[in-house]
Amino acid sequence: MSAVLSMSQVSKVYGTGNAAVHALRQVDLTVGAGELVAIMGPSGSGKSTLLTIAGSLEEPTDGTVLVCGDDVSTMSADAQARMRRRSIGFVFQDLNLLAGLSAVENVALPLELDGMGARAARAAGLRVLEELGLAERAAHFPDDLSGGERQRVAIARAVVGDRRLLLADEPTGALDSTNGEAVMRMLRAACKRGIAGVMVTHDAQLASWADRVVFLRDGRVVDQTAPSVGPATLLAGDVAP
Amino acid sequence: MSIRHALLALLAEGSKYGLQLRQEFEARTGEVWPLNVGQVYTTLQRLEREGHVESDEAGRDGAQRRFRITAGGQRELDRWLRTPPDGAPPPRDELVIKVQVAVRMPGVDVREILQVHRRRLVEEMQRYTHLKAEADPDDIALGLVVDAELFRLEAVVRWLDAADARLRRLPATPTTDAASNDRARPAGPAAEPAESAPAREEARR
Repeated sequence: MSAVLSMSQVSKVYGTGNAAVHALRQVDLTVGAGELVAIMGPSGSGKSTLLTIAGSLEEPTDGTVLVCGDDVSTMSADAQARMRRRSIGFVFQDLNLLAGLSAVENVALPLELDGMGARAARAAGLRVLEELGLAERAAHFPDDLSGGERQRVAIARAVVGDRRLLLADEPTGALDSTNGEAVMRMLRAACKRGIAGVMVTHDAQLASWADRVVFLRDGRVVDQTAPSVGPATLLAGDVAP
Repeated sequence: MSIRHALLALLAEGSKYGLQLRQEFEARTGEVWPLNVGQVYTTLQRLEREGHVESDEAGRDGAQRRFRITAGGQRELDRWLRTPPDGAPPPRDELVIKVQVAVRMPGVDVREILQVHRRRLVEEMQRYTHLKAEADPDDIALGLVVDAELFRLEAVVRWLDAADARLRRLPATPTTDAASNDRARPAGPAAEPAESAPAREEARR
Protein backbone atom coordinates (compact mmCIF):
# COMPACT_ATOMS: atom_id res chain seq x y z
CA MET A 1 0.00 0.00 0.00
CA SER A 2 1.67 3.22 -1.14
CA ALA A 3 1.22 6.40 0.92
CA VAL A 4 -0.91 8.99 -0.86
CA LEU A 5 -0.98 11.46 2.03
CA SER A 6 1.90 11.73 4.45
CA MET A 7 1.82 14.39 7.16
CA SER A 8 4.85 14.54 9.40
CA GLN A 9 5.15 16.60 12.62
CA VAL A 10 2.58 19.06 11.28
CA SER A 11 1.73 21.98 13.57
CA LYS A 12 -0.50 24.98 12.99
CA VAL A 13 -0.49 28.08 15.16
CA TYR A 14 -2.88 30.97 14.64
CA GLY A 15 -1.73 34.35 16.02
CA THR A 16 1.47 35.03 17.94
CA GLY A 17 2.75 35.59 21.45
CA ASN A 18 0.16 35.40 24.20
CA ALA A 19 -2.63 35.30 21.63
CA ALA A 20 -1.18 32.22 19.88
CA VAL A 21 -3.61 29.35 19.44
CA HIS A 22 -2.21 25.90 18.71
CA ALA A 23 -4.72 24.28 16.37
CA LEU A 24 -2.48 21.31 15.51
CA ARG A 25 0.52 20.00 17.42
CA GLN A 26 3.10 17.66 15.82
CA VAL A 27 0.55 15.58 13.94
CA ASP A 28 1.78 12.50 12.06
CA LEU A 29 -0.67 10.88 9.66
CA THR A 30 -0.14 8.53 6.72
CA VAL A 31 -2.97 7.32 4.50
CA GLY A 32 -2.46 4.73 1.78
CA ALA A 33 -4.23 4.11 -1.53
CA GLY A 34 -7.49 2.25 -0.97
CA GLU A 35 -7.63 3.16 2.71
CA LEU A 36 -10.36 5.18 4.43
CA VAL A 37 -9.24 6.91 7.63
CA ALA A 38 -11.61 8.75 9.96
CA ILE A 39 -10.38 11.61 12.13
CA MET A 40 -12.60 11.80 15.18
CA GLY A 41 -12.67 14.49 17.81
CA PRO A 42 -14.86 17.12 19.43
CA SER A 43 -15.34 20.66 18.12
CA GLY A 44 -12.14 22.62 18.45
CA SER A 45 -9.91 19.53 18.37
CA GLY A 46 -8.31 20.63 15.07
CA LYS A 47 -10.14 18.26 12.68
CA SER A 48 -11.06 20.84 10.08
CA THR A 49 -7.62 22.47 10.22
CA LEU A 50 -6.05 19.07 9.60
CA LEU A 51 -8.26 18.59 6.55
CA THR A 52 -7.55 22.01 5.04
CA ILE A 53 -3.80 21.52 5.49
CA ALA A 54 -3.99 18.01 3.96
CA GLY A 55 -5.78 19.59 0.99
CA SER A 56 -3.20 22.40 0.70
CA LEU A 57 -5.91 24.99 1.29
CA GLU A 58 -3.88 26.22 4.23
CA GLU A 59 -0.15 26.05 5.04
CA PRO A 60 1.18 24.43 8.20
CA THR A 61 3.28 26.50 10.59
CA ASP A 62 5.67 23.60 10.89
CA GLY A 63 6.15 20.09 9.53
CA THR A 64 5.86 18.55 6.06
CA VAL A 65 2.92 17.40 3.95
CA LEU A 66 3.52 15.00 1.06
CA VAL A 67 0.75 14.31 -1.44
CA CYS A 68 1.57 11.40 -3.76
CA GLY A 69 5.18 11.77 -2.61
CA ASP A 70 5.49 15.46 -3.52
CA ASP A 71 6.33 18.00 -0.80
CA VAL A 72 3.54 20.58 -0.91
CA SER A 73 5.68 23.31 0.74
CA THR A 74 8.16 23.33 -2.16
CA MET A 75 5.43 23.77 -4.82
CA SER A 76 4.55 27.10 -6.40
CA ALA A 77 1.01 28.40 -5.86
CA ASP A 78 0.18 27.35 -9.43
CA ALA A 79 1.50 23.85 -8.89
CA GLN A 80 -0.50 23.55 -5.67
CA ALA A 81 -3.68 24.67 -7.45
CA ARG A 82 -3.02 22.15 -10.24
CA MET A 83 -2.50 19.38 -7.69
CA ARG A 84 -5.77 20.32 -5.96
CA ARG A 85 -7.65 20.21 -9.27
CA ARG A 86 -6.15 16.94 -10.48
CA SER A 87 -5.33 14.84 -7.45
CA ILE A 88 -7.58 15.92 -4.59
CA GLY A 89 -11.36 15.72 -4.23
CA PHE A 90 -13.27 17.55 -1.51
CA VAL A 91 -16.66 16.72 0.00
CA PHE A 92 -18.18 19.13 2.48
CA GLN A 93 -21.26 18.93 4.63
CA ASP A 94 -23.44 20.84 2.18
CA LEU A 95 -23.38 23.41 -0.64
CA ASN A 96 -21.50 20.92 -2.77
CA LEU A 97 -23.21 21.13 -6.17
CA LEU A 98 -23.92 23.95 -8.62
CA ALA A 99 -27.69 24.27 -9.04
CA GLY A 100 -27.54 25.23 -12.74
CA LEU A 101 -25.70 22.07 -13.80
CA SER A 102 -27.01 18.50 -14.07
CA ALA A 103 -25.47 15.74 -11.94
CA VAL A 104 -23.12 14.61 -14.69
CA GLU A 105 -22.15 18.21 -15.54
CA ASN A 106 -21.33 18.81 -11.87
CA VAL A 107 -19.21 15.66 -11.78
CA ALA A 108 -17.41 16.58 -15.04
CA LEU A 109 -16.77 20.19 -13.98
CA PRO A 110 -13.38 19.69 -12.27
CA LEU A 111 -12.07 17.94 -15.39
CA GLU A 112 -13.30 20.73 -17.66
CA LEU A 113 -11.79 23.38 -15.38
CA ASP A 114 -8.52 21.51 -15.73
CA GLY A 115 -8.66 21.83 -19.52
CA MET A 116 -10.27 18.56 -20.61
CA GLY A 117 -12.70 18.79 -23.56
CA ALA A 118 -16.39 18.86 -22.63
CA ARG A 119 -17.18 15.56 -24.36
CA ALA A 120 -14.33 13.62 -22.73
CA ALA A 121 -15.10 15.16 -19.33
CA ARG A 122 -18.76 14.20 -19.64
CA ALA A 123 -17.82 10.62 -20.58
CA ALA A 124 -15.53 10.39 -17.54
CA GLY A 125 -18.32 11.85 -15.36
CA LEU A 126 -20.83 9.28 -16.63
CA ARG A 127 -18.31 6.48 -16.05
CA VAL A 128 -17.85 7.32 -12.39
CA LEU A 129 -21.61 7.80 -11.84
CA GLU A 130 -22.15 4.34 -13.35
CA GLU A 131 -19.45 2.75 -11.22
CA LEU A 132 -20.99 4.22 -8.10
CA GLY A 133 -24.55 3.24 -9.01
CA LEU A 134 -25.91 6.71 -9.89
CA ALA A 135 -26.16 6.46 -13.69
CA GLU A 136 -29.95 6.91 -13.69
CA ARG A 137 -29.57 10.28 -11.94
CA ALA A 138 -26.98 11.68 -14.40
CA ALA A 139 -29.35 14.09 -16.17
CA HIS A 140 -31.11 15.31 -13.00
CA PHE A 141 -30.45 18.77 -11.58
CA PRO A 142 -29.53 19.12 -7.89
CA ASP A 143 -32.99 20.42 -6.99
CA ASP A 144 -34.52 17.21 -8.34
CA LEU A 145 -32.26 15.00 -6.23
CA SER A 146 -32.75 14.01 -2.59
CA GLY A 147 -30.24 15.22 0.00
CA GLY A 148 -28.60 11.79 0.05
CA GLU A 149 -28.35 11.66 -3.75
CA ARG A 150 -26.81 15.14 -3.88
CA GLN A 151 -24.14 14.08 -1.42
CA ARG A 152 -23.43 10.91 -3.45
CA VAL A 153 -23.06 12.99 -6.62
CA ALA A 154 -20.63 15.22 -4.68
CA ILE A 155 -18.59 12.11 -3.82
CA ALA A 156 -18.60 11.05 -7.48
CA ARG A 157 -17.29 14.52 -8.40
CA ALA A 158 -14.60 14.24 -5.73
CA VAL A 159 -13.24 11.00 -7.20
CA VAL A 160 -13.68 11.67 -10.95
CA GLY A 161 -10.65 11.38 -13.23
CA ASP A 162 -7.30 10.50 -11.69
CA ARG A 163 -7.92 11.80 -8.21
CA ARG A 164 -5.84 10.08 -5.56
CA LEU A 165 -6.97 11.74 -2.35
CA LEU A 166 -10.53 12.26 -1.10
CA LEU A 167 -11.04 14.69 1.80
CA ALA A 168 -14.46 14.75 3.46
CA ASP A 169 -15.76 16.98 6.26
CA GLU A 170 -18.84 15.49 8.00
CA PRO A 171 -19.97 14.08 4.63
CA THR A 172 -23.37 12.85 5.80
CA GLY A 173 -24.23 16.23 7.33
CA ALA A 174 -27.84 16.35 8.40
CA LEU A 175 -28.93 13.23 6.49
CA ASP A 176 -31.03 10.60 8.27
CA SER A 177 -29.41 7.27 9.09
CA THR A 178 -30.61 5.43 5.94
CA ASN A 179 -29.34 8.13 3.57
CA GLY A 180 -26.21 8.56 5.66
CA GLU A 181 -25.54 4.84 5.29
CA ALA A 182 -25.93 5.03 1.50
CA VAL A 183 -23.42 7.90 1.41
CA MET A 184 -20.95 5.97 3.56
CA ARG A 185 -21.33 2.79 1.47
CA MET A 186 -20.42 4.88 -1.55
CA LEU A 187 -17.52 6.65 0.15
CA ARG A 188 -16.14 3.26 1.15
CA ALA A 189 -16.64 1.90 -2.37
CA ALA A 190 -14.88 4.97 -3.81
CA CYS A 191 -11.86 4.32 -1.59
CA LYS A 192 -11.81 0.62 -2.50
CA ARG A 193 -11.27 1.73 -6.11
CA GLY A 194 -7.81 2.82 -4.98
CA ILE A 195 -8.24 6.34 -3.64
CA ALA A 196 -6.98 7.36 -0.19
CA GLY A 197 -9.81 8.81 1.90
CA VAL A 198 -9.70 11.06 4.96
CA MET A 199 -12.98 11.91 6.66
CA VAL A 200 -13.34 14.13 9.72
CA THR A 201 -16.32 13.65 12.00
CA HIS A 202 -17.48 13.80 15.59
CA ASP A 203 -19.92 10.93 14.91
CA ALA A 204 -18.86 7.44 16.02
CA GLN A 205 -21.27 5.65 13.65
CA LEU A 206 -19.83 7.53 10.70
CA ALA A 207 -16.25 6.94 11.85
CA SER A 208 -16.92 3.22 12.18
CA TRP A 209 -17.12 2.90 8.38
CA ALA A 210 -13.38 3.68 8.20
CA ASP A 211 -10.55 1.17 8.10
CA ARG A 212 -8.82 3.13 10.85
CA VAL A 213 -10.06 5.79 13.27
CA VAL A 214 -7.59 8.42 14.51
CA PHE A 215 -8.59 10.38 17.62
CA LEU A 216 -7.69 14.06 17.81
CA ARG A 217 -7.80 16.09 21.02
CA ASP A 218 -6.56 19.65 21.54
CA GLY A 219 -4.76 19.50 18.18
CA ARG A 220 -2.88 16.34 19.01
CA VAL A 221 -3.31 12.74 17.82
CA VAL A 222 -3.98 10.93 21.10
CA ASP A 223 -4.99 7.46 19.94
CA GLN A 224 -6.12 5.31 17.03
CA THR A 225 -8.03 2.08 16.53
CA ALA A 226 -6.26 -1.15 15.68
CA PRO A 227 -6.79 -2.42 12.13
CA SER A 228 -10.24 -3.93 12.03
CA VAL A 229 -10.47 -7.69 12.46
CA GLY A 230 -12.72 -9.66 10.14
CA PRO A 231 -16.37 -10.15 10.92
CA ALA A 232 -15.83 -13.87 11.59
CA THR A 233 -14.90 -13.21 15.21
CA LEU A 234 -18.16 -11.41 15.71
CA LEU A 235 -20.18 -14.51 15.10
CA ALA A 236 -18.08 -16.87 17.17
CA GLY A 237 -19.14 -16.39 20.76
CA ASP A 238 -21.47 -13.49 21.04
CA VAL A 239 -24.76 -13.01 22.79
CA ALA A 240 -26.50 -16.20 23.80
CA PRO A 241 -30.27 -16.24 23.51
CA MET B 1 -34.33 -12.95 22.68
CA SER B 2 -37.03 -15.37 23.70
CA ILE B 3 -36.68 -18.65 21.82
CA ARG B 4 -40.25 -19.66 22.59
CA HIS B 5 -41.70 -16.53 21.03
CA ALA B 6 -39.36 -16.69 18.04
CA LEU B 7 -40.56 -20.26 17.42
CA LEU B 8 -44.20 -19.21 17.81
CA ALA B 9 -43.59 -16.41 15.29
CA LEU B 10 -42.13 -18.84 12.76
CA LEU B 11 -45.10 -21.18 13.24
CA ALA B 12 -47.51 -18.25 12.79
CA GLU B 13 -46.43 -18.32 9.10
CA GLY B 14 -47.54 -21.95 8.75
CA SER B 15 -46.77 -25.43 10.07
CA LYS B 16 -43.10 -26.47 10.07
CA TYR B 17 -40.82 -29.40 10.92
CA GLY B 18 -38.54 -29.13 13.98
CA LEU B 19 -35.35 -29.12 11.94
CA GLN B 20 -36.77 -26.46 9.62
CA LEU B 21 -37.61 -24.26 12.65
CA ARG B 22 -34.02 -24.39 13.87
CA GLN B 23 -32.64 -23.44 10.43
CA GLU B 24 -35.09 -20.57 9.96
CA PHE B 25 -34.47 -19.20 13.47
CA GLU B 26 -30.74 -18.98 12.73
CA ALA B 27 -31.31 -17.34 9.35
CA ARG B 28 -33.82 -14.77 10.67
CA THR B 29 -31.57 -13.50 13.46
CA GLY B 30 -28.71 -12.87 11.05
CA GLU B 31 -26.86 -15.90 12.46
CA VAL B 32 -25.64 -13.69 15.27
CA TRP B 33 -27.35 -15.75 17.95
CA PRO B 34 -26.44 -19.40 17.44
CA LEU B 35 -29.04 -21.81 18.78
CA ASN B 36 -28.49 -25.48 19.48
CA VAL B 37 -30.82 -28.22 18.37
CA GLY B 38 -31.56 -29.28 21.95
CA GLN B 39 -32.97 -25.86 22.81
CA VAL B 40 -35.40 -25.99 19.88
CA TYR B 41 -36.85 -29.37 20.73
CA THR B 42 -37.06 -28.85 24.51
CA THR B 43 -38.75 -25.49 23.88
CA LEU B 44 -41.19 -27.09 21.41
CA GLN B 45 -42.04 -29.77 24.00
CA ARG B 46 -42.76 -27.06 26.56
CA LEU B 47 -44.89 -25.08 24.10
CA GLU B 48 -46.81 -28.28 23.33
CA ARG B 49 -47.42 -28.96 27.05
CA GLU B 50 -48.68 -25.38 27.46
CA GLY B 51 -51.05 -25.84 24.54
CA HIS B 52 -49.40 -23.16 22.38
CA VAL B 53 -48.37 -25.56 19.61
CA GLU B 54 -49.61 -28.98 18.52
CA SER B 55 -48.47 -31.90 16.38
CA ASP B 56 -50.17 -34.99 14.98
CA GLU B 57 -47.06 -37.16 15.03
CA ALA B 58 -46.48 -37.56 18.77
CA GLY B 59 -44.37 -40.70 18.47
CA ARG B 60 -41.66 -39.28 16.18
CA ASP B 61 -38.37 -37.51 16.86
CA GLY B 62 -38.71 -33.70 17.32
CA ALA B 63 -36.71 -32.87 14.17
CA GLN B 64 -39.11 -34.87 12.01
CA ARG B 65 -42.35 -33.78 13.62
CA ARG B 66 -44.45 -31.12 11.98
CA PHE B 67 -45.71 -28.44 14.40
CA ARG B 68 -48.44 -25.83 14.10
CA ILE B 69 -49.48 -22.92 16.29
CA THR B 70 -52.76 -23.05 18.26
CA ALA B 71 -55.20 -20.17 18.90
CA GLY B 72 -53.73 -19.96 22.44
CA GLY B 73 -50.24 -19.72 20.91
CA GLN B 74 -51.38 -16.87 18.64
CA ARG B 75 -52.73 -14.99 21.65
CA GLU B 76 -49.49 -15.57 23.58
CA LEU B 77 -47.45 -14.28 20.61
CA ASP B 78 -49.63 -11.18 20.29
CA ARG B 79 -49.31 -10.45 24.03
CA TRP B 80 -45.49 -10.82 23.85
CA LEU B 81 -45.11 -8.46 20.87
CA ARG B 82 -46.81 -5.70 22.85
CA THR B 83 -45.02 -6.31 26.17
CA PRO B 84 -42.00 -4.05 26.90
CA PRO B 85 -38.70 -5.93 27.00
CA ASP B 86 -37.18 -6.94 30.36
CA GLY B 87 -35.51 -3.99 32.03
CA ALA B 88 -32.06 -5.52 32.33
CA PRO B 89 -29.47 -3.08 33.73
CA PRO B 90 -27.86 -1.14 30.88
CA PRO B 91 -24.37 -2.40 30.00
CA ARG B 92 -22.76 1.00 30.57
CA ASP B 93 -23.45 0.93 34.31
CA GLU B 94 -20.09 -0.62 35.07
CA LEU B 95 -18.44 2.02 32.88
CA VAL B 96 -20.19 4.81 34.80
CA ILE B 97 -18.83 3.35 38.04
CA LYS B 98 -15.30 3.08 36.63
CA VAL B 99 -15.35 6.71 35.50
CA GLN B 100 -16.78 7.90 38.82
CA VAL B 101 -14.01 6.04 40.63
CA ALA B 102 -11.40 7.50 38.27
CA VAL B 103 -12.66 11.07 38.87
CA ARG B 104 -12.04 10.67 42.62
CA MET B 105 -8.63 9.03 42.32
CA PRO B 106 -5.62 11.33 42.56
CA GLY B 107 -3.02 10.93 39.84
CA VAL B 108 -5.43 9.45 37.29
CA ASP B 109 -5.96 11.14 33.91
CA VAL B 110 -9.69 10.58 33.60
CA ARG B 111 -9.83 11.80 30.02
CA GLU B 112 -7.24 9.20 29.09
CA ILE B 113 -9.39 6.52 30.78
CA LEU B 114 -12.38 7.81 28.77
CA GLN B 115 -10.32 7.53 25.58
CA VAL B 116 -9.32 3.91 26.31
CA HIS B 117 -13.00 2.99 26.49
CA ARG B 118 -13.93 5.19 23.52
CA ARG B 119 -11.34 3.46 21.33
CA ARG B 120 -12.50 -0.01 22.34
CA LEU B 121 -16.14 0.88 21.66
CA VAL B 122 -15.33 2.41 18.27
CA GLU B 123 -13.28 -0.69 17.36
CA GLU B 124 -16.32 -2.82 18.19
CA MET B 125 -18.52 -0.50 16.12
CA GLN B 126 -16.06 -0.86 13.22
CA ARG B 127 -16.43 -4.65 13.37
CA TYR B 128 -20.23 -4.40 13.22
CA THR B 129 -20.22 -1.72 10.51
CA HIS B 130 -17.77 -3.72 8.37
CA LEU B 131 -19.99 -6.79 8.77
CA LYS B 132 -22.90 -4.68 7.48
CA ALA B 133 -20.75 -3.15 4.71
CA GLU B 134 -19.75 -6.57 3.38
CA ALA B 135 -23.27 -8.00 3.59
CA ASP B 136 -26.00 -7.71 1.01
CA PRO B 137 -27.79 -4.36 1.65
CA ASP B 138 -31.08 -6.29 1.37
CA ASP B 139 -30.20 -8.63 4.25
CA ILE B 140 -32.81 -7.13 6.56
CA ALA B 141 -32.29 -9.61 9.41
CA LEU B 142 -28.59 -8.87 9.67
CA GLY B 143 -29.13 -5.12 9.24
CA LEU B 144 -31.63 -5.00 12.12
CA VAL B 145 -29.36 -6.88 14.52
CA VAL B 146 -26.24 -4.91 13.56
CA ASP B 147 -28.02 -1.53 13.73
CA ALA B 148 -29.30 -2.34 17.23
CA GLU B 149 -25.76 -3.05 18.41
CA LEU B 150 -24.39 0.05 16.67
CA PHE B 151 -26.94 2.39 18.23
CA ARG B 152 -26.33 0.85 21.67
CA LEU B 153 -22.55 1.27 21.33
CA GLU B 154 -22.93 4.77 19.90
CA ALA B 155 -25.00 5.79 22.93
CA VAL B 156 -22.13 4.74 25.21
CA VAL B 157 -19.59 6.67 23.06
CA ARG B 158 -21.82 9.75 23.25
CA TRP B 159 -21.99 9.39 27.02
CA LEU B 160 -18.15 9.26 27.07
CA ASP B 161 -18.03 12.42 24.90
CA ALA B 162 -20.45 14.18 27.24
CA ALA B 163 -18.38 13.09 30.25
CA ASP B 164 -15.26 14.39 28.49
CA ALA B 165 -16.93 17.77 27.88
CA ARG B 166 -18.06 17.94 31.51
CA LEU B 167 -14.52 17.25 32.73
CA ARG B 168 -13.16 19.94 30.40
CA ARG B 169 -15.42 22.51 32.04
CA LEU B 170 -14.23 21.61 35.54
CA PRO B 171 -11.78 24.05 37.08
CA ALA B 172 -8.44 22.24 37.17
CA THR B 173 -7.57 20.80 40.58
CA PRO B 174 -3.81 20.85 41.23
CA THR B 175 -3.49 17.15 42.04
CA THR B 176 -5.21 15.57 39.08
CA ASP B 177 -4.15 18.22 36.58
CA ALA B 178 -0.44 17.92 37.29
CA ALA B 179 -0.71 14.17 37.17
CA SER B 180 -2.57 14.22 33.88
CA ASN B 181 0.11 16.33 32.26
CA ASP B 182 2.80 13.96 33.46
CA ARG B 183 1.05 10.84 32.33
CA ALA B 184 -0.75 11.38 29.08
CA ARG B 185 0.65 14.51 27.48
CA PRO B 186 4.32 14.59 28.32
CA ALA B 187 5.21 17.07 25.60
CA GLY B 188 2.33 19.48 25.82
CA PRO B 189 0.69 22.06 28.01
CA ALA B 190 -2.64 21.47 29.69
CA ALA B 191 -5.85 21.38 27.72
CA GLU B 192 -6.92 24.66 26.23
CA PRO B 193 -10.00 26.35 27.64
CA ALA B 194 -13.16 24.98 26.05
CA GLU B 195 -13.88 28.26 24.30
CA SER B 196 -10.49 28.62 22.62
CA ALA B 197 -10.18 30.36 19.26
CA PRO B 198 -10.02 27.15 17.17
CA ALA B 199 -13.13 25.86 18.96
CA ARG B 200 -15.01 29.01 18.03
CA GLU B 201 -13.60 28.89 14.54
CA GLU B 202 -14.55 25.27 13.99
CA ALA B 203 -18.01 25.88 15.41
CA ARG B 204 -18.50 28.58 12.77
CA ARG B 205 -17.55 26.24 9.91
